[in-house]
Amino acid sequence: MTGYADFILLVVLVLDLYVVATGRLASCVHASAFQGVALALLPLALWAPGHEGRMDPQLLHLALMSLGTLTVKALVIPQLVLRAIREANVRREVEPFVSLHLSVLIAAALVGISFWLASVLVLPIPAPTMLVVPVAFATVLVGFLVLVSRKKAVTQVVGYLMLENGIFIFGQTLVREIPFAVELGILLDLLVGVFVMGIAIHHISRAFDHIDTELLSALKD
Amino acid sequence: MLTLLVVVPAIVGVIALYSKDLRVDLALLVGTASAHLLVTASLWIGESGPELDALLTLDTLGLLVLSITSVIFLIAALYTIPYVLHGTHDKPVALQRFIPCLLWFLSAMSLVSVTQHLALLWAAVEGTTLASAPLVYFYRRRGALEATWKYLLVCSVGIALALLGTFFLGIAGAGSSKGASDLTLSGLSRAAPYMARPWLKAAFVLALVGYGTKMGLAPLHTWLPDTHSEAPSPVSALLSGALLNCAFLSILRFYQVCVASGDAEFARTLLLMLGMASLLLASAFMLRQRDYKRLFAYSSIENMGIMAVGVGLGGAASYGTLLHALNHSLCKAGLFLLAGNVLRSFGSTLAQEVRGVLQRLPATGILLLMLLLAIGGVPPFGPFWSEFLIFQSAMGAHVWLGVAFLSLLTVAFLGMAGVWLPMLSGGGNLQGPRARESWLSFLPPLALASATLAMGLYLPSFLAVALHRAAGLLGG
Repeated sequence: MTGYADFILLVVLVLDLYVVATGRLASCVHASAFQGVALALLPLALWAPGHEGRMDPQLLHLALMSLGTLTVKALVIPQLVLRAIREANVRREVEPFVSLHLSVLIAAALVGISFWLASVLVLPIPAPTMLVVPVAFATVLVGFLVLVSRKKAVTQVVGYLMLENGIFIFGQTLVREIPFAVELGILLDLLVGVFVMGIAIHHISRAFDHIDTELLSALKD
Repeated sequence: MLTLLVVVPAIVGVIALYSKDLRVDLALLVGTASAHLLVTASLWIGESGPELDALLTLDTLGLLVLSITSVIFLIAALYTIPYVLHGTHDKPVALQRFIPCLLWFLSAMSLVSVTQHLALLWAAVEGTTLASAPLVYFYRRRGALEATWKYLLVCSVGIALALLGTFFLGIAGAGSSKGASDLTLSGLSRAAPYMARPWLKAAFVLALVGYGTKMGLAPLHTWLPDTHSEAPSPVSALLSGALLNCAFLSILRFYQVCVASGDAEFARTLLLMLGMASLLLASAFMLRQRDYKRLFAYSSIENMGIMAVGVGLGGAASYGTLLHALNHSLCKAGLFLLAGNVLRSFGSTLAQEVRGVLQRLPATGILLLMLLLAIGGVPPFGPFWSEFLIFQSAMGAHVWLGVAFLSLLTVAFLGMAGVWLPMLSGGGNLQGPRARESWLSFLPPLALASATLAMGLYLPSFLAVALHRAAGLLGG
């Protein structure tokens, strides 16, 4: 069943590049929501058929976790971020520090670096598919790129979400010994985190009339 | 018991959110804090087994951090009473969430100290950020807003890397042929000798960067001075005195796995480098600091550096490090509370606008003088002994390391004295009449100052035994 998994991972990779290339803020959020859908399907595609054609005994755990990921990452968090965009009344769009063309080039380079990293850091366990590690690294690195190269507080949140998505690929596909309650706790943290960030963005847009983080630099030595 | 420490403050926090009366909220806060301290004290007497499928397990290291958290929280809670009742703020909305967030903060910090499941540990550390971010934004000023945003984003991103490190450790553990590879400390320690080294090392580096951000190690400290100086004083005391230890404990958990793998040398080198970098950067910024709350924040970075150096030296310095964590928490929490008294009386955090503290606020002034000497490493206060132990190990490791360590401590002390001595003594036109100091504004810091002095004069044997046992867990 690695065919499905590879397809999902490629979709994640394409969405990474799409976030970097698009100039529309709402598109970035939609792309991260689609990544959430992909992430929810990924463990099912990898593990549900089980070994030697038997069903995985942990299927219930997997299904619940998928449902949780889908709800949090694909539905609730994007809604929160979109609401923050509406309330902050963002007119101008992405506003990168570096031009979109240059960031696409950097992102492409980062994808290359990820494949190189994955070839150096050999997995000590049999990998479900060859693409897991490079795509996870690429998503983490591109998330960082979005985080540091954009001015708007909302785009920084999108970058943070991509970073988390990359980490989730590692966690959900390679580490299977995490109790359900702890996984839920991690998702809940993410949800509350974005909720609190949304509130902060709301206050920032009211206090400063916009959400450029460049103006959040009064405190320094 | 362990479950109660986490669950009760969380539930009381929800109750406090829906109660309308401020006095009821304060009673809930102080009541929960006292009960928390009582339960924590009972854990010193009787052993407590694992709870909730071994998700919660207490060892001596966790007990030390839990006890510091509990003591500092009760003291900060008492100090909060006059702070909230007679404060300068006028926004009831901010107050409504203040006490619930304090209680959730306590719950998250307790979870950090009582869990040895590294994924749950991560969730708890992220929980501390989320619970304390609204506390930083208590004064609805632009500066506080900026500090809150930096705190939220920098720490969340930093800690996300720690989650990656946690998963890397899981991968490294799954690859080892021996033992179950769940993410508990005991399971990982059993698997550690057989782990794939590149993944183990990558895991430690990511955890050090991630939790190091939260601990304020240079060059990842950027959020810390802003947050600690913009937060209301009792919150600054908690952030510095309790939260930094929780982040430190998280790094130590990863370090313990490295020790179990028999390959901790690289981890020690990294800690030593980050620690010295923190010392260097903090002492440089302390020399030219004009804001006295920021000065204390940089002093926290300095002390986290000392602790990182201590673990990095290993051996006998591990004991000194844990003792220093205890001493630093007592001192720094006290200093931030006293800075709150000064701020309330003079209305400015700029050192040049504050003169004659000893005349206007005698009790606060004397306690400040005591704690400044203590944190500067002057005998007979507690920090002198812990810094001396670490200095001794540094000299043993390399003469120049010891000399560099001592000179940076001296620079930091001079920076601290240069700012505070004119503020304490000076007079001139800024000197006001003697102000009335309420009991609850100086009794909590008095308790901390006395504890610091007592720790320097006589270390109780039960504490020394616990410190030695905890240092043993770090291979020291």
